Amino acid sequence: MSAGVDTYPGGVAGGGLTRVGGHAHAAALTEEPEHGASKRIVVAYGFWIFLISDIILFSALFATYAVLTDATAGGPSGRDLFELPTVAVETACLLLSTVFCGFAGIGAQVRRNALYYGSMAATFVLGATFVAIELHEFATMIEAGAGPSRSAFLSAFFALIGCHGLHVTAGLLWLLTMMAQVYAKGYRADIRRRLLCFALFWHTLDIIWVALFSLVYLVGVAPR
Amino acid sequence: MNKSIPESHGDVAPGDELGPADVPHAIRGYLVGLALATLLTCVSFYIARTELVWQPSIPIALSVLALAQMGVHLVFFLHITSGPDNVNNVMALAFGLLIVVLLVFGSLWIMLHLDHNVMPMERLMQMQR
Repeated sequence: MSAGVDTYPGGVAGGGLTRVGGHAHAAALTEEPEHGASKRIVVAYGFWIFLISDIILFSALFATYAVLTDATAGGPSGRDLFELPTVAVETACLLLSTVFCGFAGIGAQVRRNALYYGSMAATFVLGATFVAIELHEFATMIEAGAGPSRSAFLSAFFALIGCHGLHVTAGLLWLLTMMAQVYAKGYRADIRRRLLCFALFWHTLDIIWVALFSLVYLVGVAPR
Repeated sequence: MNKSIPESHGDVAPGDELGPADVPHAIRGYLVGLALATLLTCVSFYIARTELVWQPSIPIALSVLALAQMGVHLVFFLHITSGPDNVNNVMALAFGLLIVVLLVFGSLWIMLHLDHNVMPMERLMQMQR
């Protein structure tokens, strides 16, 4: 079984093995291989690389938006459209949900049902509130004649914010799946690895939102 | 206490397992992150509308605050730290950031120059008036 893990590039381990402190510990705890990193560390590393590629995707959309900010074609600009109180509520929802997601990870690691299910439910409610507010914001803008087809600025805006909103929606579905999987299969090692990936995904979405609310909404309404 | 359970290491990397004794400590880590992130967010929202500072500096201040808050999220929520077991995660992030910087600043640089160089003649004349 350790042979399969050995085929991972040696660098993946980092200091993972040295810090666990002795092979005997590792093997006793989580079916650890003799050499190389634990599966948990390798999975987190691989998923982290995917997340970085996702960040690069967002940076391309963001570059498009930054280039087209002033291309309003005589239509409304960010200053006319963005409402900071709404953005503040969205930000609070996502920040709190990311903290609850962290709590859920702790709950799963120590196998405390109340902490795990409670935190996952709170994460879901806050994330769903975020999506609902964003959809309402989009609907209001489209009704006011400021839909994605109005100007290049608005096309880029809807693409960027909408892509983040789609990620959050996909994250909500993944969250429900993880609750169901833990309910049906328990806190198995593979389920907890999936949960770790979900937590990394959710935290990364909040990091992207930090860039969006600061550089799209706040810079958009700031005086020049 | 059975010796095969690893000691608490203070900081918890993505690959680590927690024991029941580590729970308050781990929760406190998230709460510290929440406090710092809230503080930075409030400052950002305040700065965006304030008249206290020189106006053209506001976008730069907002960018710096955003970078700081992303750092807080990376350390307290994603646990990407400078620890020896995190070298690969940090290296991957550094490479990702290089690409992001090239993409965003490269696009802005090229497109702004292009915008200037292929400006319609009337606008160019307006600017020179």
